[in-house]
Amino acid sequence: MNVLPTPVLLAVDWWALGAVLALSAGILLLLLLEFFPAQARSNRSAIVALLTLAAAGWSVFHVRDAKREIFGGMFVHDGFTVFFTLLFCAAGALAVLLSWDYVKRTRINQAEYYALLLSATAGMIIMAASNDLITIFLGLELMSLALYVLVGFQRHHLESNEAALKYFLLGAFASGFLLYGIALLYGATGTTGLGQMAAVMIDSPMLGNPLFLLGGLLLIIGFGFKVSAVPFHMWTPDAYEGAPTSITAFMSVGAKAAGFAALLRVLMRAMGDVQADWIPILSGLAILTMTVGNITALLQNNLKRMLAYSSIAHAGYVLIAVVAGGRDGAASALFYLAIYAVMNLGAFGVLTLLGREREERVLISDLAGLGFRHPALGIALTLFMISLGGIPPTAGFMAKVYVFSAALNAGLVPLVIIGVLNSVVAIFYYLRVTVALYMEEPQGEPVYVSWATPGVIALIASVVLTLWWGIQANGLLAAAQRSVLGLL
Amino acid sequence: MTEALFIGFAAMLVASSLLVILHRNPVASALFLVLAFCSLAGIYLLFHAEFIGMVQIIVYAGAIMVLFLFVIMYLNLQRDEEGGVHIALRRGLGWVAGTVVLAEGVFMLARRWAPGPLTPEVPGEAAGNTQQLGMLLFSRYLFPFEVTSLVLLVAIIGVVVIAKGRSTAGSGTRPAPGEDG
Repeated sequence: MNVLPTPVLLAVDWWALGAVLALSAGILLLLLLEFFPAQARSNRSAIVALLTLAAAGWSVFHVRDAKREIFGGMFVHDGFTVFFTLLFCAAGALAVLLSWDYVKRTRINQAEYYALLLSATAGMIIMAASNDLITIFLGLELMSLALYVLVGFQRHHLESNEAALKYFLLGAFASGFLLYGIALLYGATGTTGLGQMAAVMIDSPMLGNPLFLLGGLLLIIGFGFKVSAVPFHMWTPDAYEGAPTSITAFMSVGAKAAGFAALLRVLMRAMGDVQADWIPILSGLAILTMTVGNITALLQNNLKRMLAYSSIAHAGYVLIAVVAGGRDGAASALFYLAIYAVMNLGAFGVLTLLGREREERVLISDLAGLGFRHPALGIALTLFMISLGGIPPTAGFMAKVYVFSAALNAGLVPLVIIGVLNSVVAIFYYLRVTVALYMEEPQGEPVYVSWATPGVIALIASVVLTLWWGIQANGLLAAAQRSVLGLL
Repeated sequence: MTEALFIGFAAMLVASSLLVILHRNPVASALFLVLAFCSLAGIYLLFHAEFIGMVQIIVYAGAIMVLFLFVIMYLNLQRDEEGGVHIALRRGLGWVAGTVVLAEGVFMLARRWAPGPLTPEVPGEAAGNTQQLGMLLFSRYLFPFEVTSLVLLVAIIGVVVIAKGRSTAGSGTRPAPGEDG
C-alpha cells in the first residue's frame, strides 16, 4: 500500500475562504427561498443578495491583513485578493441596487437573476485569488457561465437572445484558447501552480521557449477576450447592448477587473522571467485596444454601444499599466480598475433609470433636454462622462495620471503618447452626451425617468466616490500599492 | 499481447476517425465517432488508465454523443447537400487546423519536450489508478473539485432560466410550486 496524501481539510483557514463560502451559501439560500412563493413585487431576493455580498465583503475585510495559502497554494488570501474581493463585492452590491427596480420593471425572474449575479461574483473572486491555472480557469468559467445566462435573461427580447448567443459562442471559443494555453504551459513546465512554475523557470529558463511562448500567447488571448481587448472584442458591443442594462453595468466592470486580476497574477507570479517575450505583445494589444475602442466609439448613436466601446478603450489604458509592470504598474492598474468600476457603474446606472416598463431608451438622442427636466440626473451623468473622459477634478483624471506616470517611469514614452492622444479623442464622444443633455431639443416623446430609491442610492454612492477619489486619491492609491506587494 | 491489442485499437481509431469525416451521412459519422471514442478508451485501458478509459466511454461515447445524435436527428440532416464556397471554405479551415495540430505533434515528438510530466512509469501499480485519482481529487484538488460543483449548479440554474416555459416569463417571481407543472 502506498502512502496516502494527508488530508488538507484541517489546515484550511476558513476565514480566508469566507467570501466564497458566503456567496455559495447566498446562492443556495436564494434558490431554496423560492419554495415559499413571494409576491410579484417582493424585494426578498434583492435583500438576500445584498446581505450576502455585505457578508462576503465583511468576512474578507475582517482578515484583511492575514496572508494565507490554502489548498496547497491553489487559493491565496493576500492583499491582492482582499482588494479585488472588496471591489467585486462593492460592484456586485451597486449592481444589485441598480437592478432592484429595473428587474421588477422589466419583469425578470428575480431569484435566479440574483443567484446568477452572486455566482458571477464568486467566480470573479476565485479568479483573483487563484494561484493555480486550474482554479483560474474554473473561476473564469463560473463567472462566464453566469454572465452568459444573465446577458440572455430577457428571453422575449430578440437582441438579448442574439447577445447571449454571440457572447456564449465566442466565449466558449476563448475558453478553448485559454485551456489550450494552460495545457501547453503545463507541458513546458510540468506544473499548473503559478508559484511552482516560477520555481521551475529558475532551473530551466523559458525565455524564447516556443512551447512556453505559445502557451502564454494563448493564455493572453483567453484573458484578452474577457477584458475585451482588441482584436478579441467583437462580442462586446452586441453583448452590452442586448443584456439587461443592470447586467451590462456589472459585467463591464466585474468581468474586466477579474480578467485583469488573473492576468496580473499570472504575469507577475509566473512569467516575470519571460517579460521580454510578453511586453511587445501586450504593448501592441494596448495600442490597438485604445485606438480601435475610441475611434469606433465616436460613431455610435446608442449609449450602451458607445459605453461598450469606451470600456474597450479603458481596457487599453489598463493594459498600459500592466505593460509598465512592477509595483507601480500593478498598483496603478488596481487603482484604475477601482475608479473605472465606480464611474462606469454610475454611467450605466443612469441608463437603468431611463424608460418605463420594458422600454429601452438608450439612444444619445433620447437624452435631449434631460439635463433641464431632471437636473440631478443630468449633473450625475455629466460627472460620470467627465470622469470617464479623464478631466479633472474627477477620479478618472487621477486614474489616468497614475497609469501614465507609472508607464513613464518604466520608460514607455510611445505608449503614453498614444494613450494621451486617445484620451483627447475620447473626450469628444463623452462630451457629445453632455451636449445632448443640455443643448438639444427633444424630438418625439421625452424620455420617462423611472425613479427608484435603491438605484438613486447607488448613483449617489458612485457620484460621491467619483468626486472623492478625484480630490483625495491617496488612500485608494496606498491601498492599491499595499495590495500588490505580495505579487512581487 | 499488449502490442497486438494496441495496434488493433489504434488501427480501429484511425479508420473510424477517417470515416467520421469522410462518410456522407451525418448519423453514420456520429456513430463512427462513438467507435473512435471506444477505441481510444481501449488504448487508455492498455496504459492502465482505467478511470480515464471508463470516463471516456461514459461521458464521451455515452452522454455527449447521444446529445450529438439527438441534435443531428432533430435538425433532420440527411445528407451533406451544401456545396460551393461555404463547404470549400470550411474544408480549407479544417485542413489548416489539422496541419497545425499535426505539425505541433511532430515538432514536439522530435524535440522531446518533456521536462516533467511525461514519466514512463505506470501510474498506480500499487493501488488502482481510480483510487489514486480519488485520493488526489479529495485532497490536493479538493478546491477545484468543489468549484466545479458550483459551476454545475450555475449551469443548472442557467438551463432552468433559458428553458423555462413561456407562461412564467411574464411574472416577477416564480409562481407557486406545482402551478407550472
